[in-house]
Amino acid sequence: MLHPLTGLRNMAQEDPNVIDQPEVMKPRMVSIEISGKKYDVPEGITVIKALWYTGQEVVRGAGCLGGFCGACATYYRTKDDPKVRTCLACQMAVQDGMSFTIMPPFPARKATYDIQTLKDPKQDLFNLYPEAPLCRNCNACTEACPQKIDVREGVWKAVFGDFKSVSEMFMDCVMCGMCTPVCIADIAPNLVALYVSRAQGAHFTEKPLGLDVRIKEIQDGRFNDEWKKVLAMNEKELADHCATVK
Amino acid sequence: MDIHALQQIVHKTRDARRKQALPKFSPADRDQLIHKYHPDYRASAYRPIRFGPNIDEKTVVELATLLEGDSLIQDDVDLTPDYTTDVLVIGGGGAGCAAALHAHGAGAKVMLATKLRLGDSNSVMAQGGMQISVAPEDSPVTHFLDTLKGGHMHNDHDLLKTMVDDGPAIAKWLIDLGVLFDRQADGNLHVKKGGGSSKPRLLTCSDYTGLEIMRVLKDEVLNQKIQLLEFCAAVELLSDENGQCSGAIFKDLDNHRYVVVAAKSVILATGGIGRLHIQGFPTSNHYGATGDGLCLSYRMGAKLAHIDTFQYHPSGAVFPEQLVGQLVTEGIRSEGGHLVNAKGERFVNELDTRDVVSSSIIRECEEGRGIRTMSGRVGVWLDTPLLDVEHGPGTVEKHFPAMLMQFDRFGIDISKDPVLIYPTLHYQNGGVKIDTNSETNVKNLFVAGEASGGLHGRNRLMGNSLLDLMVFGKRSGLTAAGRAGSMKQGKLTVQHLQRFRADAKKHGNLSNVISPMVLPAYTRKES
Repeated sequence: MLHPLTGLRNMAQEDPNVIDQPEVMKPRMVSIEISGKKYDVPEGITVIKALWYTGQEVVRGAGCLGGFCGACATYYRTKDDPKVRTCLACQMAVQDGMSFTIMPPFPARKATYDIQTLKDPKQDLFNLYPEAPLCRNCNACTEACPQKIDVREGVWKAVFGDFKSVSEMFMDCVMCGMCTPVCIADIAPNLVALYVSRAQGAHFTEKPLGLDVRIKEIQDGRFNDEWKKVLAMNEKELADHCATVK
Repeated sequence: MDIHALQQIVHKTRDARRKQALPKFSPADRDQLIHKYHPDYRASAYRPIRFGPNIDEKTVVELATLLEGDSLIQDDVDLTPDYTTDVLVIGGGGAGCAAALHAHGAGAKVMLATKLRLGDSNSVMAQGGMQISVAPEDSPVTHFLDTLKGGHMHNDHDLLKTMVDDGPAIAKWLIDLGVLFDRQADGNLHVKKGGGSSKPRLLTCSDYTGLEIMRVLKDEVLNQKIQLLEFCAAVELLSDENGQCSGAIFKDLDNHRYVVVAAKSVILATGGIGRLHIQGFPTSNHYGATGDGLCLSYRMGAKLAHIDTFQYHPSGAVFPEQLVGQLVTEGIRSEGGHLVNAKGERFVNELDTRDVVSSSIIRECEEGRGIRTMSGRVGVWLDTPLLDVEHGPGTVEKHFPAMLMQFDRFGIDISKDPVLIYPTLHYQNGGVKIDTNSETNVKNLFVAGEASGGLHGRNRLMGNSLLDLMVFGKRSGLTAAGRAGSMKQGKLTVQHLQRFRADAKKHGNLSNVISPMVLPAYTRKES
């Protein structure tokens, strides 16, 4: 049986293993604003798909489309709510009355450094990012984070030298940079955290001894006999040998 | 039915399933399953390529059309270089960054060009981890054999041996740059078991392995002040009078002007083809995964390998609609997550290779044991709450924060409810044929990462891609840089294009498209 509006087969009546999706059975158009301009788009599509739907070419503002690269950082507001929020455009569904704008690239200053030759990484933080200790606790960065990281807390922990906690807190950071334009002290928290995390990895984390052992074993040819045996095998012998690896 | 009602069968059958051990398929059963259900064996999706280095070999229609496509560039193009460099890297993902950093480190002048931003890539999304044989009970030889088995014995032995032998040194390089791999209590690297691997070998940074590596590599490219050309898409390579590669032409996507770069060597690190949506599959790939490097090298005369085989990752999201095609990491299955059909039954050993697991999911769905959505999709359940039951509450949250957040945005708590999945187009197993220094049969043209072919055989093993990127990125970078000092910049011509067009004419004609595609045509043209 076909649905009168959508023309889709009403599968629910024929097959018990179908998930109810009223939005598919009765697609509804909603009104949204993109960069201040009104458009009607199907409810529930992602913000990035709304851009394509309304005929816009997207070059900047799209990257991995999977919520990991931070290219599609977006400001949005829902109907009648004064609060401007942030999201990743590839991970957010549109709803009626929503207005949004993709965030333009923000010219934050990134310090440059040679991570391996730092002498005192915890002190160097204040030379590389002298603005980091000037945080005025407004918490705007935390509110701006689409990854729900407690950014303000992270900045303070960085300043107090707790690099380990910062590296753990910012493992979710997609470097979208939305914490940066809101900072009244001109801190770029994501860049501070990136420096801190790298310093934590390069300077304050134990080196894995087993790895050095393995590298030396390879250099010393510990596996050479096994390689010789394996590489001399014909196709069939090799296939049989592979089957024995459990 | 309400989704929660449908999910009940997964909750109800969980205890019984936990006691069940599912054997892997015998080689014969596995071959039969793949031949019947894997998309690589759908003959109607394939056709022979009509001309060029891989003439008469079959590939999917979508790719064949692009390979036979015409260039945007005509013979009268102005080839006065805007930039001159030793090493030109095209692509800003894992392989591109690794190549640029190593070439720069070896003293070469390097330029890195990308059509999106530095780092926008598939690499950044890699969640499962990176296979490197660091555990005492493991070895590079075992890594080699596992990969060979996974690739159905079609892998290039030299490339594969190179990758597994170079692996541990890559881990050290990344750690020295500050990459935070998960550790054991004794400080050694923590290793997880991946599908198709006989030993735990996956290095991970929770489920953000690719993101963590890419954050660090991007930062390092910026710290080293490597010259960048962002939002510039490569539209043609350049060749000298001997057919050797000598640079590339880009189209600046902001102002639509051409940018000509003269280079002693070019390293293509342009990634995969997911956005061609082969056979109509959704994809887990990034916005720019349109196979540009394949088209560019093919016109230069570079031979492609294994371009008839693609990887369909078993667990692409099917519901909600906004997440369709996006990955539910294999890590969930590595940690014991079950695949469950509509009848509440398991139907495959979840840790079998990706092609086997994908084929079995397709079988369940085609034989009517799938769960359908009203937008016409179908899938099976992945029992994610099982992880908390098995390893204690909070396991999903601790090990899979990225996954949890992705679904939480749509009101789904994957630690409490199973998710619906179906195979998604994930990886191009083949690509441009390379040697162990990552060079193609066209001199001074290197290809690294997913765009290259031969290493993975006919099915890439989970976790081998991140290592592939780093190893062959490094080798291409070092080889290209090493050569730069003793060679002259070649002439800039498009003679290879004239040859390609003549060849096309002889065998019919060019297809009616311009390639590379650069970006998928998602923009709706009219209402």
